[in-house]
Amino acid sequence: MIAVELFKLVRRLRTWVSIALICALPLVVAIFIAVTHIAPAPGSGSAFLSAVLNEGQLYPAAALALVLPVFLPVAVAVVAGDSIAGESSAGTLRYLLARPVGRTRLLVAKLVAVISFAVLAVVAVTVTSYATGVLILGPSRAAAVGTSPGISGSIAPGAGGAPTAGLQSGASITSLSGAPLTFLELIERVLGAMAFITVSMLGVAAIALFLSTVTDSAIGAAMGSLAALVISEILVTLNAASAVQPYLPTRYWLAWIDFFRQPIFWRDIQHGFEIQAVYVVVFLAAAWANFATRDITT
Amino acid sequence: MITTQHLTKRFGRVEAVRDVSLDVREGDRYGLLGPNGSGKSTLVRMLLGLVYATSGSISVLGEPVPRHVGRVLPDIGAVIEEPAAYPHLSGRANLRLLDAAGPHGSRRTRRRRVDEALEQVGLAGIDRRPVRAYSLGMRQRLGLAAALVRRPRLLILDEPTNGLDPRGIRDIRDLLTGLNAAGVTVFMSSHLLPEVSALCTRIGVLDSGRLVLQDQLASLQEPTGRVLVSTDDPERAVATLDGLVERRDGTDLVVRSADPAALNARLVAAGVPVRSLLVQRRSLEEIVLEVTGAGSDQFGVPGEQS
Repeated sequence: MIAVELFKLVRRLRTWVSIALICALPLVVAIFIAVTHIAPAPGSGSAFLSAVLNEGQLYPAAALALVLPVFLPVAVAVVAGDSIAGESSAGTLRYLLARPVGRTRLLVAKLVAVISFAVLAVVAVTVTSYATGVLILGPSRAAAVGTSPGISGSIAPGAGGAPTAGLQSGASITSLSGAPLTFLELIERVLGAMAFITVSMLGVAAIALFLSTVTDSAIGAAMGSLAALVISEILVTLNAASAVQPYLPTRYWLAWIDFFRQPIFWRDIQHGFEIQAVYVVVFLAAAWANFATRDITT
Repeated sequence: MITTQHLTKRFGRVEAVRDVSLDVREGDRYGLLGPNGSGKSTLVRMLLGLVYATSGSISVLGEPVPRHVGRVLPDIGAVIEEPAAYPHLSGRANLRLLDAAGPHGSRRTRRRRVDEALEQVGLAGIDRRPVRAYSLGMRQRLGLAAALVRRPRLLILDEPTNGLDPRGIRDIRDLLTGLNAAGVTVFMSSHLLPEVSALCTRIGVLDSGRLVLQDQLASLQEPTGRVLVSTDDPERAVATLDGLVERRDGTDLVVRSADPAALNARLVAAGVPVRSLLVQRRSLEEIVLEVTGAGSDQFGVPGEQS
């Protein structure tokens, strides 16, 4: 069944159109920066963007920062929200279940397909933005040599990952903490960030999947989960909501930036993994409880 | 093959199916009749484990449903209301995908089984066009093909000839009769009386969720004890038969008689030119109308989810 769901995923035009759109955003930003040579000042703008003029190889990190807040969650929510509701409104759900495909199996297969989509999107962004960074913004001149002190000005470790991280312009790839990163380390850190960002999408995916079992409207399920995200993103910035902030799905979304510190600052990364796991468990359980007992009347 | 006992399904305050105890026996061509909204589709969905009963029990192929529905569904082919397929894929790709999704669909034989099913329903020639481009009739045939891919022992078909033209309807009827002769039990629901009349050996009639009738079609259509006589000399016929004529409509007479051969001999002996003579049987329409009330699509009757 998992193979069938993956087949359906890759044979759908929507999958590739949305991934193309996600990849297009960093490309457009890169073109503007390359043409004008105006990058955001260090400490302002999207994370890492201030550094990419000098460090094209850092562009994957900057690109992930660009797509993380909106593009990626929207795409994941659309795919996850469609998973059951789309089959239901198209009428194919009843034929799958009568085939028979167990309801639990179907949910698991849908989840695997959604995760695969998120992985695919993150990998696509990373690969295309690496190419963009190297080709348009210019290759790094001297990776892993030299240090530039005092880089992490705008980010204090544990400050909740302010979205304004930047690398000081310099001749080498340096971590946010100022220590130099070898090319191998950079790859490790990017892979870590990719994994973390993919996992960060699982909370919204689980919410959308749950809503997808509640309604027959795929768009409703997607919108509902995005509404939850928007609420979360607003509350994260609201001091008055500090009591609930540790439990919000987007609270640790920016902790992936900590992969680019030397040494890696694990606390928030770990919290991020944990909170996503909680959301996945809770909403998958709710989705399962609802779906397994539901009358299929469409 | 299918037995339900006191099966009831409520959706909120609406009772879609009420206390239905039906049985479908091996080899039957069973037709479940009823007006729109009488609960046919809900009943069919309960048999397939899609809708859970409020009370009562279901047994299909000897297993309790929905508890062990996963064990029996591989032996069942189903068309559930309209056919549904992934519109951007071809018909063949749809059948292969559905076959790969569940158990008992050997990959080794998939291509052959899919091609055979398509041939059975008259779609052997379909190309790589996506289902999106199919006509309603082609979709209906594809849905039936999907039900046949794993050579089921039992076919559960909800309105299988919806959207088919007369030729399509006859093709499907011939196909189902052939499959039934080869040992497949057919359970179909329909609101089209002629279709059920032409295909089924046994019928059940649902009315407002209740099973108001279930019997062999042949015994329901026993002769009524009347003979329809058509003659060019109705006056002489009436005079000859004296009192046995119940109704006269031009040259057509309805005559009370249990023995058509004797009646014919008597008319001929009296010199009445008999043009035709037909033993009257109740039509399926009369049988159904007699046991059902108004359909739920008529005004003033509370509607039900079908």
